Amino acid sequence: MLKLLTTRLRQGHRTTRYPAEPPALPPRFRGRPVIDPTRCEGGCRSCAEACPTDAISFDGTAPRVDLGRCLFCTDCERACPGGAVVFARDHRLAARTRADLVVPGSDPLAPSCAALDEKLRALFGRSLKLRQVSAGGCNGCEADVNVLGTIAFDLGRFGIQMVASPRHADGLLVTGPVSDHMKLALEKTWAAVPAPKLVIAVGACAISGGPYAGHAETHDGCDTTVPVDLYIPGCPPHPFTILDGLLRLLGRIESGARR
Amino acid sequence: MSEPFVSANGEAFDWGAVPQLPFERFADGLRGALGAGQRAAAFFGVATGAGTELVAVLASERDGLLRWSRTLVSGSSYPALTPHAPELHLFEREIAEQHGLRPEGHPWSKPVRFVAATPSHRSPEELASRGAPPQVGVTDFFRVEGHEVHEVAVGPVHAGVIEPGHFRFQCHGEEVMHLEISLGYQHRGVERALAAGPDKRGPHYAETLAGDTTVGHATAYCQVLEALGGVRVPARAQALRGVALELERLANHVGDLGALAGDVAYLPTASYCGRLRGEFLNLTAELCGSRFGRGLVRPGGVRFEVPAPLGRSMLSRLDTALGEVNDAVGLLMEAPSVQARFEETGRVSAATARSIGLVGPAARASGLPRDARHDFPHGVYRFHQLPVTVWHTGDVFARAHVRRKEVERSGTFVRRQLEGLPGGALEGAPAAPRPGQACAVLVEGWRGELCHVALSDERGRFATYKVVDPSFHNWLGLALALRGQPISDFPLCNKSFNLSYCGFDL
Repeated sequence: MLKLLTTRLRQGHRTTRYPAEPPALPPRFRGRPVIDPTRCEGGCRSCAEACPTDAISFDGTAPRVDLGRCLFCTDCERACPGGAVVFARDHRLAARTRADLVVPGSDPLAPSCAALDEKLRALFGRSLKLRQVSAGGCNGCEADVNVLGTIAFDLGRFGIQMVASPRHADGLLVTGPVSDHMKLALEKTWAAVPAPKLVIAVGACAISGGPYAGHAETHDGCDTTVPVDLYIPGCPPHPFTILDGLLRLLGRIESGARR
Repeated sequence: MSEPFVSANGEAFDWGAVPQLPFERFADGLRGALGAGQRAAAFFGVATGAGTELVAVLASERDGLLRWSRTLVSGSSYPALTPHAPELHLFEREIAEQHGLRPEGHPWSKPVRFVAATPSHRSPEELASRGAPPQVGVTDFFRVEGHEVHEVAVGPVHAGVIEPGHFRFQCHGEEVMHLEISLGYQHRGVERALAAGPDKRGPHYAETLAGDTTVGHATAYCQVLEALGGVRVPARAQALRGVALELERLANHVGDLGALAGDVAYLPTASYCGRLRGEFLNLTAELCGSRFGRGLVRPGGVRFEVPAPLGRSMLSRLDTALGEVNDAVGLLMEAPSVQARFEETGRVSAATARSIGLVGPAARASGLPRDARHDFPHGVYRFHQLPVTVWHTGDVFARAHVRRKEVERSGTFVRRQLEGLPGGALEGAPAAPRPGQACAVLVEGWRGELCHVALSDERGRFATYKVVDPSFHNWLGLALALRGQPISDFPLCNKSFNLSYCGFDL
C-alpha cells in the first residue's frame, strides 16, 4: 500500500494544460508543407513528382498542397533543389470541407475550420459520444486516437468520449481508406447511429485513401461512403491535431476565422 | 541436387541457384526439415507461365541460416502438407486463395482474406467460370453441436478503438470450447502494390503494413532493397535503425502492459503506462518528428541525424521514462490480485507453440527461444547482441513477464547505442535491384518475426514481394489459448497477444 502511494506521488499529475497552454510539440514536428514559389526554379516540379500521393499541384507557377492527401513525409522537401519546401510547426490542420484542405503552397495560415451551427453545438458542445470505425486503417491513426483517452490528454474533460455501440453514439470517427471489405460494416454502423449525427475522418487514408488511393481494394476515403463533417489530416495526425480539430468543431476553442 | 539452397538473413543471391525439385522430393524435404527443428519463415506461390511455383523459406535457429527450396505445380491442386506440418496450415490456405491452387487433404481449407485468386496462367474463360468472388466473413465456421452449447459471434466492428475482425466462440456455459477467428476486413492490396514496385509509394506501403510496426516493416523493406541493389548501409544509420526499432518495442510493450493492467481492472498501472507509452513515442518523434517513426528509415540509411545534444537529451528522457515504467510495472506484477488473474490463464504449451510456429514474445513466453535479433542478427544486432528473454509457463503472466524483461533489455540497448553512436554518414547511395536476384529478410519486430521476401525480374523490378507479419503465425495461438477458458477472459488473452489485423490482412 505504501509503495502504491509513493509511486502515485512520483508519477505526479501529467495531463496537458492544452488548450489553455500551447501544445508541447517535438522540434522536428512536421505540420503543413509550405512551398516558397520564389525559390522554384524555371518550371521545376520535383516536389510534385516526388510526392507519393500527388498532394502537390501547380496552378501556373503557384504551388497548391492538398492536406487531405499529404503524408507529411519529407519526400518533397528532399526532392526540392532550391530548398523551397519547409514544414510548418503548426499542429492545426483540420477543416470542415474537403475543399478547405487544398491550400496555396505559400500560405502561412492554417486551414479554416468553422464550428458546428448553434443548434448542433447545443446538442453536442458539452457532450459528444463517438463510435470509432477502423476501415482498413493501419493502427497508426487508431493508436493516436486511443491516446486521447489516456491521462496525458484526458479527452473526457471536454465531454468527449469513445463509446462501445453506435446506438450510444452521436457520430462516427472513421480511420482507414475504407477497404472494400469494411464498406458494408461502415454503412451499417453509420445507419445505426441516431440522427442528427456527425462523421469525423481522421488521417490521410480516411480523407483521400492516403497511400492506398486508387487501389481496387479500397474506396479512397470515407466520404465516398458516408457524409463527413470534419477532416483531420495527418499520417497519422498528432494527438494534438486530432484534439484541436474536435475542439474547433465543437466551438470549444477559437475557430472560424483563420489565424 | 535435393539439398536446399542456403542463404543468410538479408543476403541476395541468384534466384536460379535455388533448385526446382520434383514435388515429392520438395514435400519430403519440407516435412523432414520442419520435423527436425526448422520452421517456416515463408511459404508462398509464384505465378509463372507454366503453373504456380511453390517456394519455401525455412529458418533454423540452430545455425542462423535460411534454407530455400521450390517446386512447380502445373495442375490446379497438390497434396496438402498441413496434415504432416501443422504450421503450414495458413500458408497453404493463402496459396489456395492467391493462386487458385487446392491443397488436397487440408483439414480446414477456407478463405484467408476473402479475395479472388488471379492465377496468371489460367485463361479468362476459366477464371470467369468460377463464379462470384467470396464475400468477407461468409464461410463455414466450426460448430460444436449439443443441447447446452451456444455460439457467440463478435465483430467485425468491436467495442473499442481497435481494428475489425470476426470472432466465433463455441461455448458451454462460460467455458470456451473452441474459438475461430475470421479476418480479411482490412485487406487493402498492400502486398500486391508492393510487388509492382519498387516505386515512390513503396516505403509508405511498408510503413503502413502494420502502422504500429512502422520502423520494423520499413527496416525489412529497406534491407530487401539494399540487398538486391548491393547497397552498403553506414554503421551510424544501422545504429539509429536499431534505436528506432527498440523504441518501437518499448512503446508497444509498455502500452501492452498497461492494457493488460486495464483488463484486470488494476487501474494505477493502466493509467501510468498509458502515458508512459507516449514517452517512448515522443522519443521517436524527437528523432524524426513522427511518433511512429514515419519518414525515418529509407533505402540506404536513415533520414534524420542525432547531434550530440539531442542524443544527450534523449538519454536523459529515456532514463526517466524507464524508471517510471519500472515503478508502474512493478506494482502490477507484485499485486496478488493481478497474479491470480494472470497465472494459468490462456496457456499455450511449448509443444503447441512449436507445432503451430508461434513467433515473438508469445513464442518466448511458451519457452521457445526464438528471436531474430539473436538468431539471425543483421545490422547493428551483429555487433550488439541482446539476450533472448524466455519464460516457460505459456500463460498471460508469461507474456507479460517476457514483455517486462524485454523493456529492460531494450532500454539498456538504446542507452548503449545513444552513448556510443558510430560516426560517419547517414545514407549510402541507393541502387536499383540487380536482375534475377532473391532475398529474404527477417527483422524481430515488437510482435515477433517480420519476414519480407522479394525476387527481382530481369528489368530490376520486383517479380514477387511477400510479407509475413508475425500475426500471420500467431492468431491461431490466441484461438488455442482460449480453449477451456471462461469467455470473460477473452479480452485479457487477446491483449496478451495483441496481434495485428492489417498486418495479417495486407
